[in-house]
Amino acid sequence: MNLSQTVRGVTFFNPTVLASGIWGITASSWRRVAANGAGGITTKSLWLAEHKGHPNPTIISTEHWTLNAVGVPDAGIEKAREEIGDFNKKKLVPLIANIIANTVDNYGKTAVEIVKLKPDFLEVNISCPNVEDEFGKPFACSVRDASAVTKAVKAVSGKIPVFIKLSPNVDDIGSIASACAEAGADGFTVINTVGPGMAIDLRSRRPILANKVGGMSGPAIKPIAVRCIADVYRSTNGKLPIIGTGGVMTGEDAIEFLLAGASLIGIGTAIAYRGAEVFRLVCEEMTAWCETEGVKKISELTGGMHRERASR
Amino acid sequence: MTEILRRCSRSSAQKNLPRTYPVAGIRKETTHVHTFTFNVSLGAKPGQFVMVWLPGVDEVPMSVANDDGKKLQITFFAVGDTTKKLATLKKGDLVGLRGPFGTHYEWKPKQHLALVAGGYGAAPMFFAASEAAKDGCTLTAIVGARAKEHLLYLDAFKRLPRTTLSVATDDGSQGHKGYNVELLAELLKSKKKPDQVFACGPERMLVKVSDLCFQHAVPCQLSLERYMKCGYGLCGNCVVDPLGIRLCTDGPVVKNDLARSITEFGKYHRDHLGKKHSL
Repeated sequence: MNLSQTVRGVTFFNPTVLASGIWGITASSWRRVAANGAGGITTKSLWLAEHKGHPNPTIISTEHWTLNAVGVPDAGIEKAREEIGDFNKKKLVPLIANIIANTVDNYGKTAVEIVKLKPDFLEVNISCPNVEDEFGKPFACSVRDASAVTKAVKAVSGKIPVFIKLSPNVDDIGSIASACAEAGADGFTVINTVGPGMAIDLRSRRPILANKVGGMSGPAIKPIAVRCIADVYRSTNGKLPIIGTGGVMTGEDAIEFLLAGASLIGIGTAIAYRGAEVFRLVCEEMTAWCETEGVKKISELTGGMHRERASR
Repeated sequence: MTEILRRCSRSSAQKNLPRTYPVAGIRKETTHVHTFTFNVSLGAKPGQFVMVWLPGVDEVPMSVANDDGKKLQITFFAVGDTTKKLATLKKGDLVGLRGPFGTHYEWKPKQHLALVAGGYGAAPMFFAASEAAKDGCTLTAIVGARAKEHLLYLDAFKRLPRTTLSVATDDGSQGHKGYNVELLAELLKSKKKPDQVFACGPERMLVKVSDLCFQHAVPCQLSLERYMKCGYGLCGNCVVDPLGIRLCTDGPVVKNDLARSITEFGKYHRDHLGKKHSL
C-alpha cells in the first residue's frame, strides 16, 4: 500500500503531519514524532522576537474536546535558527515552519528570516483564536487582512510554498480562501482551533483557563473541519493543496479528510487521546481501509467527494 | 442513554480537567513548607504529580506527597509566586487539582530500597517508602537538607517498619555534615547494598545519585523536574534533549539508563518559552 503524497514537489512518505502547537518545540522532539511515524512535522508558531504565552491552566481536555489558550509562546528567531538548523543536519521528514506575527509587515519580516532556514513549506498562522485580547480579531477573519498577509509573505518566500492556516470561525471560509489564492497562496491548512470556547469550574465559579477562553480541538470538532476543507477545496476548484487538520483520531477520519479535499493530514490533539503512536496507528488504519476497499494509492482519494462516482 | 450519561459525567477518567476542592487540612512542616490535605483520592502512585491550580493565579505541577485512596496530600515549598500565594490559604479555601500524571516508582515485594531525598523531595520519597513498606520492603531512608530546620518527614520515616533513617545537613546542624549522597556512597560500598535506589531532590543531587548507582551497578529511579504546562503530553514544554521525550509522560520518574541518555540531565533545562538555561 502506497501512502506517500507529493505536495508542491515535496514527498511525504505518509500523509500524516504533526500539527502546529503540539509537542514540537525542539529538533529532538520533531525527531521523536517522526520516529513515531509522522510523515512530516510542523513547528510551533515561530515569532521574530520573544513572545510570552498565557499563565496556566492553558490546556484542558475531556474525552470529547480539548481547550487551549497557551498563547503562542516562543523564544524568537535565535531559537528557531538553532532548532531548525539542528533538525536539518539529520532530516528524517519534511519540515513545515509555522510563522506568526502581530502586523502584516512583521509577517513579511518573520518570513524573510525563516525562509533562510530552508523549511519545506511555510505555514502562516493568521487564525489563532486565543490571543484576541492582545491582537484583536485574527487576520483570517477578514478577506482584506488575510489577503494582505498572504501577499506580504509571498513577496519574500521565494521558492518555498506558502500555506495559509485558516480559521473556521468565519461566515464564509471559502471567500477567505479565494482571496488568499488570488494573493498567491500555494495551499491551505484547514482548520485552526474552533470557538473560542470556555469551561467553568463549578465550585469556584471561575473559568478554568487563565485566559478564560481557548481554542477548541479534539474529536468533537472533526465535522466542522470536514465541512471547512470541503468549502476551501470547492472555492479554489481543487487546485491548491490542503493540509486538513482538526479532530482526526483514526485512519477512517483521515480518509474522510482526504475525500473532503485534503492532501495531508494534520494530527495534534489526538496524541492526548491515543498516545504518541497515533501517527503509526492512523497510517495502519488507512492502509487497512484502502486494502479492503481496493484503493491502490491514497492520492486518488483527495477531493473524492467532489467528483461523480459510478455506483458499485 | 445511561451509557451516554456515564460517559459524560466528570468521572475520574477525565483527569485532564481540573476540579476545585476545599483545603481540608494544613500542616506547617517548616517555615516555608506546608502540607495541604484534600478529601479526595486521584489514585496517584508514588512519584506521580498533579497540577495544582490556584484560581486567578496560576497552575503548577507538584509531586503527590500521599494518596491513600481517601485523601490526597501535597507538600510544597513557598518559593515562587504561586506557591507563596498558596501558602496564605486557609482551611476551606478552594484549590484545583487534576491528574495524576506521569510515571511512578516501581519495586518488587521484600526488596531492599534506599531512598535519597533532598529538600522537599522528602515528601514523595516518604510516599514511596510508606507504600513499599506495605509490600514488605526493607528501607534505608537518607534525608538531606541545607540545615536542621529544613529537614522534612523525619518522624514519619521513623514510624515505618524495617526502616533505617540517616540524615545529612550541609551545615552539620543534624546528622552527617555534608551531602546525603555521601551517605549513599557509603551504603553502596557496604555489605548492605540495596536492590534499588530511589531519589527525589535537586538535579545536582540526582546526577550524583545516578553516577554512584552506575558505578556500583545498582538500579535506580530518579524523579526529574522540567517546566510543565499541560501535564499530559500535548504542549511539549517538558521535552528533553536529545531524545525528544516528554517528561510529563515518559517521566517524571525515570530509570537510570534513560536518565543517563538524556544529555541535558544535569546541564540545562528549558523555560516556558523553550529557551535553554544552564543548571
